[in-house]
Amino acid sequence: MIRLDNIEKVYRTTRVETVALMNVNLEVKEGEFISIMGPSGCGKSTLLNLIGLLDAPTKGQLFINGKEVTSYKDKYLANLRNQEIGFIFQSFHLVNDLSVLDNVEIPLLYRKLSGSQRKQMALKALEHVGLGARVHHFPSQLSGGQQQRVAIARAIVGNPRILLADEPTGNLDSKMGEEVMNLLISLNEVEKTTIVMVTHDKRMAERTKRTVRIFDGRQVS
Amino acid sequence: MLKNYIKVAFLVLMRRKFFTFISLFAVSFTLIVLIVVSAVFDHVLSPVAPEVNANRTLGIYWGEMKGPESTSNGNPGYGLLDNNARNLPNVELMTIFTEASPAISYIRGQKIVSLMKHTDGEYWQILQFNFLEGSPITTEDEKNANFVAVINKSTKEKFFGKESAVGKFIEADNQNFRIVGVVEDVSQLRYSAYAEMWVPISTKKDPGYKTELLSNCTALLLAKSASDFPSIKAELALRMANFQFPAEFKNEYKNIVCFADTPLEAFSREIFGSTEVNPKSSRLVAIALGLMVLFMLLPAINLININISRILERSSEIGVRKAFGASSWTLVGQFIVENLILTLLGAIIGFIGSILVLQIINHSNFLQYASFQINYRVFFYGILTTIFFSLLSGVYPAWQMSKLNPIEALRGGGLR
Repeated sequence: MIRLDNIEKVYRTTRVETVALMNVNLEVKEGEFISIMGPSGCGKSTLLNLIGLLDAPTKGQLFINGKEVTSYKDKYLANLRNQEIGFIFQSFHLVNDLSVLDNVEIPLLYRKLSGSQRKQMALKALEHVGLGARVHHFPSQLSGGQQQRVAIARAIVGNPRILLADEPTGNLDSKMGEEVMNLLISLNEVEKTTIVMVTHDKRMAERTKRTVRIFDGRQVS
Repeated sequence: MLKNYIKVAFLVLMRRKFFTFISLFAVSFTLIVLIVVSAVFDHVLSPVAPEVNANRTLGIYWGEMKGPESTSNGNPGYGLLDNNARNLPNVELMTIFTEASPAISYIRGQKIVSLMKHTDGEYWQILQFNFLEGSPITTEDEKNANFVAVINKSTKEKFFGKESAVGKFIEADNQNFRIVGVVEDVSQLRYSAYAEMWVPISTKKDPGYKTELLSNCTALLLAKSASDFPSIKAELALRMANFQFPAEFKNEYKNIVCFADTPLEAFSREIFGSTEVNPKSSRLVAIALGLMVLFMLLPAINLININISRILERSSEIGVRKAFGASSWTLVGQFIVENLILTLLGAIIGFIGSILVLQIINHSNFLQYASFQINYRVFFYGILTTIFFSLLSGVYPAWQMSKLNPIEALRGGGLR
């Protein structure tokens, strides 16, 4: 499903060159749920961003569904993100001006769907995360756990085959973190969604099928 | 998709009400000024009644005499025009008339000042007044020095109320005129047509006007068509070059000039003081257009700044949209739609504002008998230009935004 061959990422400014990732090789099979662990600044989020096509590697090759995508142009990358990938962020990144329903509809805006189709799919995704009764609320009217569930609904609304979660429980208390984790495990087990999750939390990592460890930009396990 | 863009556009407008106010104010104020200025220009220059023949009419508004030690200039005199501007080639009709000057009347002991023009019969053929009663002064009236007058509607109401005025007498500057016609009021800004009372020039108390070189007269020359203007101007220039001063002026003045101009050329001549046969009215038009563009450029630059601030505020949203499949160009499109909505809102406010401002001017009596109307052509071009600048002000920030790295954007970072 996802394959990284000798991936390297270097950030260059006029004065400094920072190696964020060095020689990373990773394969994630369809239906897997893996976690990426490591200390702060070790390059885990960079790795997730590369897999999510939000950033391009300095060297190496990235394959999604068997296709090498590092040379794709913006338009094709955008389309691939839209069709295949869903993102869940630590700080939710909901658009505060939009209602819960409108937030969840965002990925569907970039597909050829009618308004009623979009609404139907968004409602279904919100039902899935247990927020069917909150569709007309605004993010500021929800708790952190509810906001993250809206973010998960947004990530799954387009039925992507890959979910990328960057510390999805990082901003939540343990009870809400547990709820969100249960939701992710259910998506993986029931929907067979491939999930790559970055986390600091060892307990959360232990609940995934495999853990990849990064240290100083290098893959250590 | 478009419905969603419009929804988001309104949400964004409502989010930062002050920014929205500034943007809308800039767009609508620019349009209001453009429309009001163009309405004034239209009012002065466009070929509407009574100046229906303005497109093929030249005017001699100004003359200058120069000698070794003396220079005199101003409106031409009747003598100069009568002896030198008649029978120019391709001129169908010519009229000579005076500026409107105050004439005093008394009704029941109350003093009334009316602005009076002395005209001839041709004046009423070149200028097509709307007659409410009676008929114009004729060439015969002028030839025979008949004491007849045409008055405007407001003057009629002042003197006679709602009664018919034709056949009645009106006293002005101690002369008694029989009223032969009543016309609609004409705006103060219509230089040739504006007055409140018109009488034959031959009824002037002092016949000395017949020999004056510079005085308070104007001539209008009705050409067969505008294409005849160059030959008319050239012949008049030739006649002026060959002008022989009467004995009493010979020592003081050596040459004299006067020009047949369109109203725009006359305006241009007044501003630039040109003494060429063809004053560069294109320069005036270029300056006016330049000022208009500059005037519109300032709000456009302001909009660019506001748009950049708005984009920076929305960087997280841009990051989210990019992460979930929006390409850079899709976002550029969204941003342009948002900008167009803002501009169109500004245009609607500008349109309503222009109507209000023109109504206020029309009812203020600031300019007598003036009635400014919206020029829809200018409004249309104004909107087009505003949309152009709006696109310009939207495209630049949107182009910057397209360079926004989604990861940086999600972190709330700025432009690279």
